[in-house]
Amino acid sequence: MGRYFAIRIGRAVLTIVLVVTFAFVVLRLSGDPALMILGPEAPPEVLAAFRKAWGLDDPIWFQYLDYFGAIAKGELGRSMRDGRPAIQLVLERIPATLALTLPAFVFKVALGIPAGIYAALHRGSGIDRAVMMTAVAGFTVPSFVLALVLVLVFAVQLGWLPSGGQDSWRHAILPIATLSLGGAAVLARFTRSAMLEVLGQPYIRTASAKGVPWRKVVTSHALPNAAIPTVTILGFMVGSLIAGAVVVESVFSWPGVGRLLVVAVANRDLAVVQCILLLVALTMVTSNLIVDFLYGFLDPRLRAKGAHA
Amino acid sequence: MAPLVSIQGLNVAFGGVPVLRGVDLALGKGEALGLVGESGSGKSVTWLAALGLLPRHAKVTGSVRLDGRELLGAPASELDEVRGGRVAMIFQDPASALNPVLTIRKQLCETLALHRDLSGEAVKAEALRLLNLVGIPDAVRRLSAYPHEFSGGQVQRIMIAMALAGNPDVLIADEPTTALDATIQAQILELLSTIRREMNMAMVLISHDLGVVAENCDRVAVMYAGRIVEQAPASQLFADPMHPYAQGLIGALPPLDGPRRRLTAIPGTVPDPAHLPDGCAFAPRCPLAAEPCRLAVPGLAVIADDRAVACVRAEASRRALLGIAAE
Amino acid sequence: MSAPLVEVSSISRSYSMRSGMFGRAAAVHAVDGVSLTIPKGETLGLVGESGSGKSTTGRIVLGLEAPDRGDVRFDGKPMATPGTQAWRAQRSRMQMIFQDPLGALDRRLPVATQIREPLDIHGLGTPAERDDRVRELLRAVELTPAHGARYPGALSGGQRQRVVLARALATKPDFLVCDEPVSALDVSIQAQVVNLLADLQAQLSLTLLFISHDLRVVRQISNTVAVMYLGRIVEIGSADDLFAHPEHPYTQALVSASPAPGRRSAGRIVLAGDPPNPAARPQGCAFHPRCPRAIARCAAEVPALSAVGGDRQVACHLVTGPQAATQDAA
Repeated sequence: MGRYFAIRIGRAVLTIVLVVTFAFVVLRLSGDPALMILGPEAPPEVLAAFRKAWGLDDPIWFQYLDYFGAIAKGELGRSMRDGRPAIQLVLERIPATLALTLPAFVFKVALGIPAGIYAALHRGSGIDRAVMMTAVAGFTVPSFVLALVLVLVFAVQLGWLPSGGQDSWRHAILPIATLSLGGAAVLARFTRSAMLEVLGQPYIRTASAKGVPWRKVVTSHALPNAAIPTVTILGFMVGSLIAGAVVVESVFSWPGVGRLLVVAVANRDLAVVQCILLLVALTMVTSNLIVDFLYGFLDPRLRAKGAHA
Repeated sequence: MAPLVSIQGLNVAFGGVPVLRGVDLALGKGEALGLVGESGSGKSVTWLAALGLLPRHAKVTGSVRLDGRELLGAPASELDEVRGGRVAMIFQDPASALNPVLTIRKQLCETLALHRDLSGEAVKAEALRLLNLVGIPDAVRRLSAYPHEFSGGQVQRIMIAMALAGNPDVLIADEPTTALDATIQAQILELLSTIRREMNMAMVLISHDLGVVAENCDRVAVMYAGRIVEQAPASQLFADPMHPYAQGLIGALPPLDGPRRRLTAIPGTVPDPAHLPDGCAFAPRCPLAAEPCRLAVPGLAVIADDRAVACVRAEASRRALLGIAAE
Repeated sequence: MSAPLVEVSSISRSYSMRSGMFGRAAAVHAVDGVSLTIPKGETLGLVGESGSGKSTTGRIVLGLEAPDRGDVRFDGKPMATPGTQAWRAQRSRMQMIFQDPLGALDRRLPVATQIREPLDIHGLGTPAERDDRVRELLRAVELTPAHGARYPGALSGGQRQRVVLARALATKPDFLVCDEPVSALDVSIQAQVVNLLADLQAQLSLTLLFISHDLRVVRQISNTVAVMYLGRIVEIGSADDLFAHPEHPYTQALVSASPAPGRRSAGRIVLAGDPPNPAARPQGCAFHPRCPRAIARCAAEVPALSAVGGDRQVACHLVTGPQAATQDAA
């Protein structure tokens, strides 16, 4: 089992290194932060001083090593805009993002999974078709379109809800609805197909042939098996709690991590962008690790393999 | 004596395509009935339909009576008592027939809890007794194992233990040994016949393997394209088959001893149930087919005490066979 | 007996297999010291249960897999190095057919195109000649040109296996390895394909290695039969004689386990224990833990395959020489 953990964790660390490296290279190659922050009219000696102060005139591999050295020491750099530690800027924004993504996550699960199960159990019925049509729509419509439609209907036309900002809980309703609908659609589709797959398995017929009432066949035979693939998509959703709201935050001017990222990228505020990406990679990788261990918990076939070591 | 199970005029259609076309079959108490036929002949569908185990879109008509009580259209709660209680079923692929995420104990005790008045320690004791009965070694420890930790033959033993848990009057074994190696197949068949004798239980053995059915059954019904074409005591069917299809099946089986002969293959293939020929479904492949065969579907006619055949050319076919034998 | 086409001398093949993702690698001896000779125009049947190594033997004989030890000679010459011209020439003289014809065919191409494919690959004949050859092959396997225009999905299982057979015959091979070719087919269709195979073998003087778990089918088509258990041949002899008078306790159990119409199961030898696991091969004779007649020596010493009279060879400590064989049969 120890080896299993070691391999997984090693792979997770490698993923993070790759993400950070990729971000580092792309950011350095796509524009000069000094020009972006100081503006094109800034005198050359000011630009030069700025570059020197931030180490931007060093060779790129030197900057890269420097950067990793700093990360190893727990230093994630400072914002080039206001000189505050990047990590502090990012941490300040996390509660606002979670205020959207956590309730949205709950709604996705509460809506998507039961809808998927119901559709699978009543395959071909009117409700199944309705659920699937909604799901396909929610799946294919990009979230910014959905956000704009919701704003148009509930803010502009009906005037029930505000279209942006973060002044009261009412401001959170439309962003949360946007996030929930898309995610619920994905989950419903996924749960339905996982459930249909399981319901077609011979052991379901065995359970019925034993005289197990249908309701119990579903709850104690089908659901535990259908949970295994569904956990994958849930893990992905947990992993995107921090960074999954970039588009929605931008549309609704919600001051979360996503908006910070957009602004920081536009400004080439390197430390902040890298800090966010590192955080996103960390949450993604952590949730993947959790999913791997959940598999072992849900599927005894994997657990048994683990026990050999 | 009234039969234990009596199936009359059973029809099954999937999306308008008939897969069973008027099956009549009776099963006596303690009897071993074999059901043979090629894939698609409807031998499994017959019993899945009888127990209400087909998917909802299957259209099932006719009558299935257990001790005189009608099962088709019976409420779910009544069927749940019959299934696993009075009529148990085991299936072909043991590896996928058990739930992979539940322990053997859970799956075995579930049946016991449903059909037997047992509680607490008694449930576990009975589960252990059943596992010992079907020959699972080290049953105490193995109760908490999962299906994938057993070999194919052992999983089929566990399936049999589960089937026996409800003290059934009938065991439907649907190709129980097809997925198993020869020596393991022999073990399972021996176990089934021992248990059947000891518990005085009726058994329906569904198989494509004539040898398996011949050796383990008292009576055999041969199915073709959704109908029973011949019914006879096992010994008589194999010594003196009457339906040309039954003759063909036996002739197609390579002998294991004696002189080698060219196999008498049945020409052509099984008809598509969506495009069945008029009249006898076997006529296009039948060496003896004549004009009347294409006019009407022959009914299953009783020709002796315990024999019935659905063929207008049965007499001719029997003569032809005897003629060949005389040569 | 004519000159041998295929000579296999003491081939062995082992894999390293992990038990699960974390277990230690263990050597699995799939094939262990197997020797076979197939005379031209004859059929050797290879029977055994899962894990016996019969399919691995087939792949090694065909050169799809290299043995760790031992060698295979084809038509008197050793197997050529893969990738060379000589190897391609050799390979076009040997073909293989498998159990699952649908898996062996491309669902997106008409079957005639697939039968033609080997001709195109090996550049045999002009395009017009190739078309003729495809028609000829379809006729040989008792299919019509109309069948050739269809896709695999529109054919029955038996028809698909005929297509696979036609494709295998396209390059006019001398040698065919058939791995469970009729196991997935219904009895009546199985008989059609077995008859067809026998006819084609006679017409084209094919040499066959016929691998199957089905004793009846093997006996029907084979001149000689070899019985494998856990990677070794335990008994080999002429097909009729072997099944009529099996000498090795394992062969006896296999024959006894084969159900026959008109016989009740009385007196059947039912072996105890699970099917053998190639990763945990018992010491001594691999069969001894399940053998009803095992003696102390069987657990300690691997019995060698030795002649016991006639053309029969048996690997069993309890069956030695012609005298013992006669006593056993009595």
